[in-house]
Amino acid sequence: MGESILIDLNWQSVGFLLIVGFIGGLVSGFIGSGGAFVLTPGMMSLGVPGLVAVASNICHKFPKALVGAIKRNKYGQVDVKLGLFMSATAALGMWWGAGVQQNIKAAYGEVGSNLYVSLAFVIVLSIVGGFVMRDALRIMRSGRAHEEEETSPLARWVQSIEIPGTMVTFKVAKVRVSFLFILPLGFATGLLASTIAVGGFVGVPGMMYLLGAPGIVASATELVIAFCMGLGGTLKYALGGFVDIRLAMLILLASLFGVQLGAIGTTFVRPYVIKVVMATIMLIVAVSRALVVPVYLTELGRMTLDPALMVLLKRVSFAFMVLALAVGAVIIVGAMIRGHRAHG
Amino acid sequence: MAERSSGKPWLRFVLYGLGSVVCYGWLFANLNDRSVIGYFTRTDGWFPLLPVVTAFVFSYFHGAFTGYFWDVMGVTAKAAKPVDKKVLDQAEGSED
Repeated sequence: MGESILIDLNWQSVGFLLIVGFIGGLVSGFIGSGGAFVLTPGMMSLGVPGLVAVASNICHKFPKALVGAIKRNKYGQVDVKLGLFMSATAALGMWWGAGVQQNIKAAYGEVGSNLYVSLAFVIVLSIVGGFVMRDALRIMRSGRAHEEEETSPLARWVQSIEIPGTMVTFKVAKVRVSFLFILPLGFATGLLASTIAVGGFVGVPGMMYLLGAPGIVASATELVIAFCMGLGGTLKYALGGFVDIRLAMLILLASLFGVQLGAIGTTFVRPYVIKVVMATIMLIVAVSRALVVPVYLTELGRMTLDPALMVLLKRVSFAFMVLALAVGAVIIVGAMIRGHRAHG
Repeated sequence: MAERSSGKPWLRFVLYGLGSVVCYGWLFANLNDRSVIGYFTRTDGWFPLLPVVTAFVFSYFHGAFTGYFWDVMGVTAKAAKPVDKKVLDQAEGSED
C-alpha cells in the first residue's frame, strides 16, 4: 500500500485518539474488550481509510490485551489454558467470518456489508446484552450481590456431560468441561470479532453462562483471546501494508493507562458489576447501530429517507457509541471509588 | 533505596518512563514524516513484522510505566497478591 494510506496528523486528531484510547482501555481492562466499536469509525471520521482504521485498531488491541492480561493474571483472574482453547477456534471463526464479509461485499457492495455488520450488532447485542442485564438485575435484587456468582443451569448441564477423551479441567475458572463445547464458543467469538470487531460480547457471556466461569475470570480470560486474535489480525493486515503504526501507538499511549486502571478496578467491585457494565455498553451500542439500519436500507434502495435525516441518524448513532463507552467508564470509576472508600 | 523507603516503585517508574519517553519521543518526532513511517507499510521482505515488533517494544516499556504510574499515584489493587485465589475470594466476600 505504501505511504499513500498515511493521513496528516494534527493535535486535534492526536487528542481525539488519546481520549477515546484511554476510555476504551479502561473498559477493556475491566470487561475484557471494548473501544473498537468507537475507535474504528472515529479514525474513519478523521479521514483514515476504513481498512487502515481496522488494521491500526487491531494493532493497538493485541499489546493492550497483553498488558491487561499480565496485570489481571497477577490477581489470579486469568485462565490461560481456557484462553488458548478459545483462541484456537476463534482463529477459525475469524477466518470464516472474513470470508462471509467478502462474499457479502462482492454481492451487495460496501452498503450491503455495512448493513450486515449493523444487523449483526443489533441482533447479537440485543439478545446477549438483554440476557446479561437481566441476570445482573436479578443478582442485584436478590440481596446476594456480595456472594460468589451462581453457576447457570445451562453451565451446570454442560459441566455434567462427560464425553470420554474430551474432558478438560480449567483450574482458575474452576470448571471441568468437554472441549467440544468450547469449540463452537471460540468459533462464535472469532466470527463476531471479524464482523463487529468485539468478539468479547459473545466470548465473555459464553464463558460465564455456557461454561460456568465466574464473570471476573471470563472477562480476564477474554484478554488472552483478544491478544491471540489481535496478533494474528495485525500480521494479516501488516502483510497487506494497511497498519498505520502512528495511529496504533497513539491509541496505545492512553489505552495502557486505562487498561491498568480497569484491571485494578476489578479487584474493588462486586462480581456482578462486570455484568452491569458489559450489558449497559452492549445495549447502548445496539441502539446506536439500529439507528443506522434505515440509512443503509435507503442507500440500498429499499427505503426512502430525507438526506438530511440520514446525516442526522449517522451522527446520533456515533454519539450513542461514544455514550456507551462513557457510561461504561463512569460506572467503572464510580464502582472503584465506592469500593476504595469502603476499604479505607 | 528510594523504592524501599517509600514503599512505592519510584525507580522502576522512572526507568520505564524514560524508555516510554524515548519510544514516544521518536514517534512524535516523525509523526508526519512519510519517509520514516512509510517503512511500516511496506509489504516486502521482513517489513510486515515491523508493526508487530514495534507494538511489542512500545508495550514493554509503556505497559510497565503505566503500571508503576498507578502504583506511585497510590491507586493499587485491593488483592494484589499474585495468583492467590483464596485471598481474592475472601476479599470479594467481605466487600460492602
